[in-house]
Amino acid sequence: MTAAARWARRAPLLPALVFTILVTQLPFAATLVISLMRWNSLDPADRGFAGADNYVAVFTDPDLRSAVGTTVVLTAVVVLVSLLLGLGLALLLDRRFAGRGVVRTMLIAPFLVVPVAAALLWKHALYNPEYGLFNGALTWLFGEGAPQPEWISEMPLTAVEASLVWQWTPFMMLILLAGLQSRPQDAVEAARVDGATPWQVFRHLTLPHLRQYLELGALLGSIYVVQNFDAVFTITSGGLGTANLPYAVYQTFYQAHDYGRASAAGVVVVLGSIVIATFALRVVSSLLREEGRTGVRA
Amino acid sequence: MKSLRYGGLLAAVLMATTACAGAGGGGGTGENSINVLMVNNPQMQDLQKLAADNFTKDTGITVNFTVLPENDVRDKISQDFSSQAGQYDVATISNYETPIYARNGWLTPLDDHVAEDTAFDQGDILEPIRRSLTAADGKVYAQPFYGESSFLMYRKDVLDAQGITVPERPTWQQVADIAARVDGAQPGMKGICLRGQPGWGQLMAPLTTVVNTFGGTWFTEDWQARVNAPEFKQATEFYVNLVRAHGEAGAPQAGFAECLNNMTQGKVAMWYDATVAAGLLEAADSPVRGKLGFAQAPVVRTDSSAWLYTWAFGIQKASKKADNAWKFVSWASGKGYEELVGKSLGWSRVPDGKRRSTYQRPEYLAASGSFAAQAEAAIAGAKPDDPGVQARPAAGIQFVGIPEFTDLGTRVSQGISAAIAGSTTVDEALAEGQRLAEAVAAKHRGN
Repeated sequence: MTAAARWARRAPLLPALVFTILVTQLPFAATLVISLMRWNSLDPADRGFAGADNYVAVFTDPDLRSAVGTTVVLTAVVVLVSLLLGLGLALLLDRRFAGRGVVRTMLIAPFLVVPVAAALLWKHALYNPEYGLFNGALTWLFGEGAPQPEWISEMPLTAVEASLVWQWTPFMMLILLAGLQSRPQDAVEAARVDGATPWQVFRHLTLPHLRQYLELGALLGSIYVVQNFDAVFTITSGGLGTANLPYAVYQTFYQAHDYGRASAAGVVVVLGSIVIATFALRVVSSLLREEGRTGVRA
Repeated sequence: MKSLRYGGLLAAVLMATTACAGAGGGGGTGENSINVLMVNNPQMQDLQKLAADNFTKDTGITVNFTVLPENDVRDKISQDFSSQAGQYDVATISNYETPIYARNGWLTPLDDHVAEDTAFDQGDILEPIRRSLTAADGKVYAQPFYGESSFLMYRKDVLDAQGITVPERPTWQQVADIAARVDGAQPGMKGICLRGQPGWGQLMAPLTTVVNTFGGTWFTEDWQARVNAPEFKQATEFYVNLVRAHGEAGAPQAGFAECLNNMTQGKVAMWYDATVAAGLLEAADSPVRGKLGFAQAPVVRTDSSAWLYTWAFGIQKASKKADNAWKFVSWASGKGYEELVGKSLGWSRVPDGKRRSTYQRPEYLAASGSFAAQAEAAIAGAKPDDPGVQARPAAGIQFVGIPEFTDLGTRVSQGISAAIAGSTTVDEALAEGQRLAEAVAAKHRGN
């Protein structure tokens, strides 16, 4: 194909490409510029170029540093626990039983709840020490003298994690269930004929096959949980050491009105997410390559 | 079941998880409509209900309300006003923001409107409130919707049964003793409700009044931070210990709304908070109506410690509809609106604490007589320029009137809220607070 012919093929796509670059890259470029500026909205007189000051502040501010730690712990715990629970549910749903479709739909429901509504539900309907379901259940089980823990005050980060695990388990279950359904059944039958125990089948056939799906779930989950804001904002208002990076950025932007520093923190979060996303894309492309090689079994 | 195709599944998963929720903004941009951003307090919700059938009917001006919780509303307002985006014509701002916003040139001065609109009767506004909404240039930049101070509310029936009387001006030590005695007076009833939810406008407001009367201050007159000074520490420890020993359940997440709920449901015997709560507790459908007593804000070393606060309507400088916006402000802050609320919703729900005439209405006094005198005295006696035992660098009783205070107060309150939860100590929280306050003070010393 000549160069002209190649361009003739590309030309109709160019407007779309330019548009995509404009709407996705320009805001980020603006954020990069603002992150190098001294800009506090309540102090309009003092605005100017700050160099790397904001980035230095981001990495030296103990609140932001602890937010990085909180983000890592929150993300890791939520993703790993949801993966394990999701795997268990997927293995159960992989069997044939009456009402499987209904059960599957009900299990997916938490993932379809609006995040902020789910957080409100957990804060008031479940955790509240006075009228929450958990303490109500304790009273119902053990009578009047039952312990009435203040869930959010006593275990703030766990409280946030629990609500997120509830939301993300169905997501993991969906991915792993798709993986299980695409398992080559003939190999499993052959293994059974050869006298393999269910555990051996799981350990040597199912798990290796699921590895990529587990990786995919972990990476996609990480990208979204790293950015979670609703649960932290609603359940604890970022108090009690639960402020993660998105919440810290929000606080810097909205309460300190420090646009420069908030942009710098935002850029740092984006860079971190890009690193994770790069791995995610690799996994996805390897899955797609495999699909092209083996075809899908019906 | 047919197995799913990976590609399709992946696409579906990605689509589902990237669905993002945009934040809704003001609606109409029509010539005869204005956008109003308000805090979601009950009085504002009443205003929202009454606007269409009264204001819009009389003037033909449609009002699009956006109503948000206190913390969020402040953030959104400062966002919109600082960029002068003009998305909202009118917003509820307080006596904290008004002088700061006015200095930055974000608000329309209202003096001309006030002069033309004689029915509004500016002279009727209570003096401390009017002064707190006047900027350094002597112009008025906002009109109060309601004004408030702080005082002590208590269940008179519960205390009477225990043979306890509360003095007209109690000390904090007396309040702590009473809280200990009435803790558990009824099944599930705690001694006192004090805010513990992080936020400069939540936990930090009542706590700063306690700090003032214990002799503490955030800053000295020459901008030295005093957050870890003995008086500040003593006040904070007193507050934290009182909440931990005899305070409400779930204190680290309890703000004004949660305490109101606790008091109404009989979960607490006392509550130190905004005077505006009294009208809600004495409302016709309140289970504790008629069972309440009221006393001035508790003190230690000062004569009074009551705060001064007002939610007021300011008009954004960038608004292209300032005349229509003023019509709305004049209606909402006027005498006629108080009458309208009194007649249609009940006199206990009148947005009070801003006009002298409110306290001369027989119908209002019949409904709010139990606390009207105490509330008016608290507001009239508030001294934002001299709230403690030492001179201050900036005005404000339960806050410091500087732009940095929203962030500083909120960050410090997170440590103190954690101390109430028991996951840190007051010493640690205040050491961190001093570090943050010192950074702010250094900036002001440099100016």
